[in-house]
Amino acid sequence: MKPIHRMAVNLGLVAVGAFGFGFALVPLYNVLCAVTGYGDARALRQISTAQPTQEDETRLVTVEFLAQLPTVGHWEFRPVVRSMQVVPGRLYSAEFIAHNLMDRGATGQAIPNIAPSKVTAFFHKTECFCFTPQHFEAGEQRQMPVRFFVDPALPKYVDRITLSYTFYDTQVTS
Amino acid sequence: MAHSEHADHAEHDHHGPAHGFIQRWVMATNHKDIGTMYLVFAGLMFLIGGAMALVIRAELWTPGLQFVDPQFFNSMTTMHALVMIFGGMMPAWTGLANWMIPMQVGAPDMALPRLNNFSFWILPFAFLMLLATLFVPGGAPAGGWTIYPPLVVQGGANFPMSMFAIHMMGISSILGAINVIVTIMNMRAPGMTLLRMPMFTWTWLITAYLLILVMPVLAGAVTMVITDHYFGTTFFSAAGGGDPVLYQHIFWFFGHPEVYILILPAFGVVSEIIPTFSRKPLFGYESMVYASASIGFLSFIVWAHHMFTVGMPLAGQMFFMLTTMMIAVPTGVKVFNWSTTMWKGSLTFEPPMLFAIAFLFLFTIGGFSGLMLAITPADFQYHDSYFVVAHFHYVLVPGALFAIIAAVYYWLPKWSGHMYNQTLAKWHFWLSAVFVNVLFFPQHFLGLAGMPRRIPDYATQFADWNAVSSIGAFGFGFAQLLFVWLIISCVRGGEKASDHVWEDTHGLEWELSSPAPYHSWTTPPSDAVILRGTTGH
Repeated sequence: MKPIHRMAVNLGLVAVGAFGFGFALVPLYNVLCAVTGYGDARALRQISTAQPTQEDETRLVTVEFLAQLPTVGHWEFRPVVRSMQVVPGRLYSAEFIAHNLMDRGATGQAIPNIAPSKVTAFFHKTECFCFTPQHFEAGEQRQMPVRFFVDPALPKYVDRITLSYTFYDTQVTS
Repeated sequence: MAHSEHADHAEHDHHGPAHGFIQRWVMATNHKDIGTMYLVFAGLMFLIGGAMALVIRAELWTPGLQFVDPQFFNSMTTMHALVMIFGGMMPAWTGLANWMIPMQVGAPDMALPRLNNFSFWILPFAFLMLLATLFVPGGAPAGGWTIYPPLVVQGGANFPMSMFAIHMMGISSILGAINVIVTIMNMRAPGMTLLRMPMFTWTWLITAYLLILVMPVLAGAVTMVITDHYFGTTFFSAAGGGDPVLYQHIFWFFGHPEVYILILPAFGVVSEIIPTFSRKPLFGYESMVYASASIGFLSFIVWAHHMFTVGMPLAGQMFFMLTTMMIAVPTGVKVFNWSTTMWKGSLTFEPPMLFAIAFLFLFTIGGFSGLMLAITPADFQYHDSYFVVAHFHYVLVPGALFAIIAAVYYWLPKWSGHMYNQTLAKWHFWLSAVFVNVLFFPQHFLGLAGMPRRIPDYATQFADWNAVSSIGAFGFGFAQLLFVWLIISCVRGGEKASDHVWEDTHGLEWELSSPAPYHSWTTPPSDAVILRGTTGH
């Protein structure tokens, strides 16, 4: 092999090695997490698949629902109830109503926002219409559920949580 | 002159470009033809990416949603970045490398011409696929150019297309980089020792090593996202024991060296232009080489400064803060050397020099805002704000892009054999230099005042500076049409350029006739010619 070609092949092998290095970062990262306690995979899994456990009946938290639209006129969007008193740790369900005011089918997606933002980690949605785009036929109206619970570990000074959705018209088809 | 023209003609008959579009361009193996194709492709992508930027700035001109819906707005920010980085900047640098490296090191062509052809022709297909996502159901990718899971995994029909396109761009750059290294290491003329090489070749050599070390890591990250989406792996899915933060580490392990891939060749270009128009050798040539190499090395150990807010041990935050700040040292050496090269030089301000000086000032501003972002506690405020947008646009637009423009103005007469209209080019400079600051400087204020990036609408308190920024964007954008026109008219004709083009040029490319012959150094340059070229340092 000519030296030029040998060098090209060697550099190609370096690139293949670098590709492998990307994958080697996975176990390396796990070791680092085990040592430092950051990015603990088990804790992450618990958060992402959180289930209500211990109820804390000694307190009540007010959850307020807000519904917003970025543009006026294409949709109607509102919560069925304005607010709820909830027991931390208990599973609740709330409904939002969306109504397609256009004379054609359309798909929208709700983007949630929780205030105060520090509470986000303590507010778990187990099921939500905001997880997927929602398709509506022309003029269709329907109720969409969100199931949630408030983590009993919620700091004591918080007595009010606001869950707000903005309903965006999207072209995403699901 | 008449004699050399005649000689060119004689050569044209025997070894000139092949006739016919397919033979000459599709089956191109000549480094100049391939370089030209890279540069034309990059120019096209700059225009497409620029049009996307104007959609963004039009929407942000006033508060509220005017022209586009938020989904499409997010597509624009995502596509603008992907098109500009992988379609504009990187092919532009590879095109310049193709044109200049064989000429600068005294080689007849690139070492692996057919590989060269392959690495170029991957690109149009990759970008055809990426741009086609604009027309698929669900629209183009809208999750940001950093393609963070879990958001990106929720993409619709654009997901497989954009992922495959990124894989293809990666393969193209890796092959291009291999070609550059093999050319520089094996094809230098005898007597062209490593420490006699021009700075542009040097910085490209370091860039090429960065490319083959980090582009495959990006390919790995993209592959993991693909297998998470289609094959049920859970690298980044917390529900299956993975961690989305891991993705950010892998991505930025690629991403940070990537920003030096975009800027190192710019350092090389500026290191060639400033000595020419200062009529002095480059101050501290060797320290420039070592500074570039240190920047290349440091770029591998600073990645987590892009993600200080994800949660990191204090020791990690300290480490990444200090290593990041350390980069200011070799960069400072470079800025010092450029300034010292100009010190007491007999300066003239031709278009390439104007762009190089603007680079020096404005890139340094981008460097300073980078230092502010490196301060971990301060970064918690700046993170994901318009301050970050202002920072990286300062290093990329009046930084890397101005260097690309400077390089074109510097070498275009050598390529085409014609001098362009310098008065118009100066107009292009002043319009660009003024508008680029009108465009990006207010974004610092917006970011410090708390405006987040990647939003189609904003609080009314941000209205004024956004309007100013948008005016700058349209001014800057349309000023670039002047550049397009200047290049086209220069290629088509104009005043003949001399072989040395500028008054005080040093380097092997200036020893060739203008326009440069189709094959650069069919017989290697003699030692004397090489030494004449390197008296620059």
